[in-house]
Parts: sequence; structure tokens; C-alpha cells
Amino acid sequence: MTLDELQRAAAEERANQRKVACHLHVCTAASCLSAGGGQVKQALEQELAERGMRSFCQVKGVGCMGLCSAGPLVAAQPEGFLYGHVTPEDAPDITRSLVEGRPVRRLAVSTDLPFFRRQLKIVLENAGRVDPERLEDYIAAGGYASLLRALSEMTPQEVIREVTVSGLRGRGGAGYPTGLKWSTVAKSPDADKYVVCNADEGDPGAFMDRAVLESDPHRVLEGMAIAAYATGARHGYIYVRAEYPLAVARLRTAIRQAERAGLLGNRIAGTPFSFHVEVRLGAGAFVCGEETALMASIEGRRGTPRPRPPYPAEAGLWGHSTLINNVETFANVPVILREGGEWFAQIGTQTSKGTKVFALAGRVLNTGLIEVPMGISLREIIFEIGGGVPEGRRFKAVQTGGPSGGCIPEQYLDTPVDYESLAALGSMMGSGGLIVMDESTCMVDLARFFLEFSKGESCGKCVPCRVGTAHLYDLLDRIVRGEANGGTLAVLEELSDLLRHTSLCGLGQSAPNPVLSTLKYFRQEYEAHLEGRCLAGACGKGGRA
Amino acid sequence: MNRARTAPPSEDKRWKIVDAAMRRHGYRRDALIEALHSVQETFGYLDEDSLRFVAGALRLPLSAVYGVATFYHFFTLKPPGRHTCVVCTGTACHIKGAPELLAMLEREYGLKPGETTSDGQLSLLTARCVGSCGLAPVVVFDRELAGKLSVEDLRRWMERCLAHDAR
Amino acid sequence: MNAGIKTLKIDGRDVSARADQTILEVARENGIFVPSLCYLEGLSPVGACRLCLVEVKGASRLLPSCVTRVEEGMEVTTRSERLERYRRMILELLFSERNHICSVCVSNGHCELQSLAEKLLLTHVHFPYRYPRLPVDASHPRFVADHNRCILCTRCVRVCDEIEGAHTWDVMGRGIEARVITDLNQPWGDSESCTSCGKCVHVCPTGALSEKGRSVAEMAKRRQFLPYLTMMRTQR
Repeated sequence: MTLDELQRAAAEERANQRKVACHLHVCTAASCLSAGGGQVKQALEQELAERGMRSFCQVKGVGCMGLCSAGPLVAAQPEGFLYGHVTPEDAPDITRSLVEGRPVRRLAVSTDLPFFRRQLKIVLENAGRVDPERLEDYIAAGGYASLLRALSEMTPQEVIREVTVSGLRGRGGAGYPTGLKWSTVAKSPDADKYVVCNADEGDPGAFMDRAVLESDPHRVLEGMAIAAYATGARHGYIYVRAEYPLAVARLRTAIRQAERAGLLGNRIAGTPFSFHVEVRLGAGAFVCGEETALMASIEGRRGTPRPRPPYPAEAGLWGHSTLINNVETFANVPVILREGGEWFAQIGTQTSKGTKVFALAGRVLNTGLIEVPMGISLREIIFEIGGGVPEGRRFKAVQTGGPSGGCIPEQYLDTPVDYESLAALGSMMGSGGLIVMDESTCMVDLARFFLEFSKGESCGKCVPCRVGTAHLYDLLDRIVRGEANGGTLAVLEELSDLLRHTSLCGLGQSAPNPVLSTLKYFRQEYEAHLEGRCLAGACGKGGRA
Repeated sequence: MNRARTAPPSEDKRWKIVDAAMRRHGYRRDALIEALHSVQETFGYLDEDSLRFVAGALRLPLSAVYGVATFYHFFTLKPPGRHTCVVCTGTACHIKGAPELLAMLEREYGLKPGETTSDGQLSLLTARCVGSCGLAPVVVFDRELAGKLSVEDLRRWMERCLAHDAR
Repeated sequence: MNAGIKTLKIDGRDVSARADQTILEVARENGIFVPSLCYLEGLSPVGACRLCLVEVKGASRLLPSCVTRVEEGMEVTTRSERLERYRRMILELLFSERNHICSVCVSNGHCELQSLAEKLLLTHVHFPYRYPRLPVDASHPRFVADHNRCILCTRCVRVCDEIEGAHTWDVMGRGIEARVITDLNQPWGDSESCTSCGKCVHVCPTGALSEKGRSVAEMAKRRQFLPYLTMMRTQR
């Protein structure tokens, strides 16, 4: 497919869609599906068929609309009415309202909420709008135009320049400048380079990448193909968790569709550029999110990291120069080429450009998937977009960065969300999990929870992480159970320092962060536990002893 | 180089599925994890015969195959129960009550994560995070996800599942 | 000028090195002691024990000297209060991980873990001992594997794979549960791939792998063969 053909196909699809007066968008991302979205979609289709309204209205399965806590979600277009907690029994009312042009009041979710107004969708611009299982729909929304324009109108150097100008930084957590990474790989003389998409989203409490893959898989493929063109790679891998079967299925469908349309594969759009993508399944190992471990896993080996240097750009998959970026990083690329790097660089802060997708969960009213400009404060995210803490309880802390991150207490809620500010607080941007905690959460128990995670996920290769995480967990467990003595906190700190400075990879180096940040901001809870009391009143009941 | 083809462990037709998965990757060594996925999907778990078959077909050392099969927690070397109950232990589920769910299962059914009831009816597993944090706490029953689950809901499901099969 | 030769400073001393050498190699060549357990000349380095970490001026992190190549003008510190503290703590972690009771060990007096502890003046272990219950595999006619004394340095795995070519050994599980295995985690004596060459026994730094019939303190190990074998293989 050439650029001309692509634009014709887009116009044709748009015209076809206009022939139908209205559309019902049913969220078919995993969260809404598990709440019954599939049955809702079926009921709506059946209802429309029975009433003979199919030429008037079409039902479309779309990706994540964000407000997962109100799922299953249905949106009536073009009016933009949004319905929440929809059941199959609501189908007649919704269909009737289409004719009447009035919303179904009892199901309506206001789209004028801060939850929607305060967001800025770039990565998720298509989520909830296009059908993730139809290439035509992605093309109608402007998809693959950036790739074909790059292939026909830009040199690889120009593509890299645009990405560099945009200021985009890695969305997997560490924030390495994307343009710099691309140019390093581009400069390698290796004739056999690889592009790898890290979709091994392992942070407990994070589902951004899953939502992007389930909602808009072609966008990630397009971003990867652009990266391959820019760096001179011919082969790509997407490493996805096996725990995300829907994302895997949609990716595989998308790859097949794109290959058939000549948008992936040999001689894309009639140019000399070829790019093949394969999906590789993870198998339940958090450490495989670390790039050297991920490559070992793609090669079919135990996912143990190795010391860097050499970095993947120099010696990656099978020893070849390899570019590894995260899902969200690739998903930003088509927009950057479409709107320009300078446009992108206007969004966000001095050091952190663009937007960030967060998975908002825990003790917060609106849980779900959000995308906000960098620089927004944590307070705005939690209290405006998230609607605050429910049940009249008090906010205590927000956890960012998962097991590698830390807990941020109330006094720092006005901190702008960017890479440097969060790191300065002893936490990190991480991949985007934001877990809100109220007064009922015990911070010592939370630290133990994360160390249980890190202990179980340590690969066992290097001594500090293998033995150190086990000791940290044991010490925290004794504290939670009230069996520790006064010297325990000092040993915790000493071990944390050792792990941070001597572990082989990021997992071990950052495993102490949940301990250090809770010790820093909630030391009184540790001290109370040493005396056998839990300030949150959480430990000792239920399953948390 | 000509090499003898590794024969499947038995006449079972399902080995063809596994063999096809390896063939798709040209029997390259990097197909190991894909091959193990295919075995587990087909047979439910990885037994010694299947590990030997895969090792032979991909020309990998036995210990390397065993090392990979036990490194990744998605793989299991024990046959699973007829039903599975996977409790998500992600952060959101943790603070919204997953520990209470697990405590109830241990208290009332004597089940710990990774264990199967003695009659082979039910396996209890945990998952690091199934990515449905908005619905926390989440449990996956036989591949079907249930969210915002109370201890009471879980008890009801257990009773239904165990009673149904007793008949 | 030869571009392949680098000059650098280690602990204030000017030394020269080939560009393909690691800091550890150059340090040892010059008689500078850097502790290590997983490293063994003749096997590929893995950077896992973290004992050979050194400070390099301008680097934000400590670097494992066994895998870090020398660079022109590098300034390396192999001894500092901080490094010694970390090294002692790493040894403490190893001692607390499994059951290392020197007085009853076949390798008493010939053990690298033990001698490093003496050299680094480790007087006591202040982390709680984990006391795992681990098996002793005496199924092999000539050798014994005692997992209680294994420190997971993986020298046995590497020598078996890289030098003997049998790949009988590997690591199973992960994290604190990791363990070395033979074949499909079957008794060593039942291993189909083991050639009984004994290289793994002799590269093992502790009493985890030993010859049968040795009593306490009798298991001295011979490793002279390793650099020789490596050289003979690479120069063929």
C-alpha cells in the first residue's frame, strides 16, 4: 500500500462510516469485558437487528475508555453520550434513545467530569474510538500515514531528528532520551539489527501497556516500524506477558492484517524497506522487564540479566545491535511524526515532555486508565481526576513506580509529575502505576508486600539481590508480626544500602525503595510495630498478620 | 547435517501440535519458551517426557530445559486440578482485600497458593497482577475474571464449584 | 603508539594493559588483590558474586572488575572503607544463606569462601541464618554434591558447558530458591550426560562438590588444568 492508496482507503472507510447515522461504541478491553462488556455488545447488536435498525446504527467494539470502575462502558456517537455499568437488559432503552436523540438518564456518566476534562490524550487518542481488531478503522483515523510519510519523504536521520526534538523519554520507567537511543543504534555498523518492544508489564498495579495493546495495537506496530526505518533494523520482536491473552491475540491479528496490507513485511509501500515483527510470550518473570533479561528470554533462555556495558545498542539480541523501547514510547512515535517534534515538546515540563499514561487504582473513587500532561500535580491526579478517596476516609500516600518505586505522603502532593521530581522524593516515574492508599493501609505491611514481590521475582544470579531481598522480607515480616527488636531498623537500612549499590540489575538496585521511602515518611509506623501496635489497625486481622 | 528426528513420547496426536510449534521456529534453540508454552497449553503442564521431547527436538541440554521450565512461574510441572482459582496479588488487589481472600481459602479449605485439593478438583494459584486493577480485588476462575470480589462471593463460588463436581 | 595498549591507574599505581583486558585481570597481573568467587580464569565471567566491585572515577556506580574492560586514563580504586564494608556484607549474606559449617567440611582449609572471610576480617554474621534444609546428593559413584555448601557461583555450570561440553549442570528455580541441578533435576548418579570428568568438582570454590571418600579438610582442589585447557582450545 502506498501513501496515496492509504489515503484513499482512509477516505473510503470514513465515507462508509458516515453512511451510518450513529455508532454505539462498546468497550471491549479486558476490564470491561470481564464486567460483562461482551454480553452487552451482543445484546445491543441483537436489539438493533430485531428492530431493523442496523443500517441506522452500528455497534463497534472499541478499546479502553478509561473509567474502568464504571464498566462496562458504552458511548453513543456522534452525540457522545457515555453510559456506565451497562447490562444486556439496558439494550432496549439505549436503542430507543438513539431514535429519540435523548440520553438514557439512569445510565449516563457525565463526560464533563474532571476525570475527562483534565486529561490530554495522545497515546490514547484512538482508545475507545477505533476498533482494535480492524485495520481499516485505524487507517480511517489516520493510522500508518506517519510510517508511509517517513518512508517516502524523510531520511532515517530526519526521523531521528524529529524524535530528538520532541524530547520524548523512555516510558518504561528510567526515562532515557528516546532520540539518543535511536541514534546510537542507527550509528552501529551492524548489518543485522533488531527492534524490540518491551510489553512485559510486570509492575503489580499497572495496566497501561495492556490497555494500549488491547485498544490500539496498530499504533505500536507503526511506532516500531518507524523506529526500524530510523535505525536500520529489519526484524522486530514484541515481548508480551502471557498473562495478557487478549492483548496477545489482538497483536497477532494486527500483525497479520498489516502484513496482508503491505504495511509490514517485505518492501513496505513499494520501498526497499522491509520489517518483520514477531510476538514472543513472556512466562511470568518480572525481571524480564529488564532489557538484558528480556533479550535472554527472547533467545529462549533463563531471564537473568547480565552486566552492562555492553548495552543492547552495541550487543543485544544474539549479539546484534538492538533497540529496546517500551509500548508507550513506541505509541508516541506516530503522533510525533504527524504533528512534529516541536509540537510535542510544547507539552509537559522542561525535562519531561509530552504526556504520561497512568493506571489509577487503589483507594480512589475513579479507578481506571488516564493520560495527563507531564507536570500535572499528584494532587490534581488523585483529587480531581481520581475524585479523591471514597468512603470519607483520609488520604495517606500514593505509590508510584511499583516495587521499584516509593510511597509519597500528603505533604508532597503538589509535586509536579516528571522524572526528576518523583526521583527526588525517593520514588520514580516507573511505568505508570499509581496506587492510592488511605488510612486503613499499613505502610510496613505495604513494604513487606513489595519485598515479598521482589524476593519472589529476584532471578537469583547476584548475591546481594538473591539473599538480600530474602533477608529484607524476613526482617519486615518480623516487624509486621511484632517480633522484631530495636536494632532491626538499622539492619534494614544497612541491607537496603547494600542492595542499592551492589546489585547487578535494576530489580535489585531498586528493590529497597519501598522500604526506604516508607521508613523516611512513615517511620512512626515501624516504631509502633516494634512495640506491637499497628497504627493503621490493619495488621493482625484477616490475612495480614 | 542430517539428524535423527526426535520421536514424540507417545502416540498421542496432541504431540503434533507441539511439534508444529517447534517446526514453525525451525527447531531453533530460541524456540524453547514457545515450545514449553505449546506443551502447557496442550497438556496442562510440563512433565518429564515432554521436557525430554522438547530438549531432543531443539538439541538443548536437559538441564538447560529444566532450568528454563522452573525459572518462569507461568509454567507448572505438576498436573493442575480440574478447576483453577487464581487470586490476583497485585498492589491494588492487596490493599483491597486479596490477603483476606487467601486467608479464607487457607482457613476453610486448607488450600495454600500452588496447591491442589487432594481429590484433584481445584488448584489455587496466585498471579502477580492481571492488570484489572480497577476491579480489585480480582480472582480468575477457570479463565473467567471476577472483580470486586468479597470473601462471601469467593466462598459461594467455592461451594458451587465443589458441589457441582460432587454430583 | 599502539592503540591496543591502554594505561590506567589502579589504587594510584600506573599500570598498562591490553585493550581487551578487564580491570580484574590487570589488577591481579600487578599483584593487586581483588576478592572474587564467581570469577575463575578460563571460564566466561558473569559478574554475579559482586565481590570484585571497584570504584572507577567518573562512574556513578560501582563496577564489577571481572567484566569491566580497561580504558585509557581510567582511575580505579580497589580498596576503600566502603568497598570493604560491602564485601564483608556480601560474604555475610553467603554464610547466612545456607549451612556453612567449616569445622565439619571436607574443604575446611581449602575453601575460597572461608579464606576470603579470613582475609576480609569477617568476624561475625549479623544477619539471621536461614538454615534451609537442603539435600546431599551422593548418588554419583565418585562425587558428592552437598547443596548446603553451594554458593551458586555457577563455576560448575560453566566449566561443564564451556570446557567439557556436556552441559550436565544448570540452575533451576530462581531467587533464594535457585539451586544447581544435573539433567532434569535427577540424582547426579543417574545423569545421562555426565562424563564423570570431575572438572566441576575441582572448580567448585567450596565443599559443595567433592570427591567421595574425603574426610574433613581433605578436599584440596586442583585447577591448574583450566587455563591450560582454555588455551589449548582457543589456539587450535
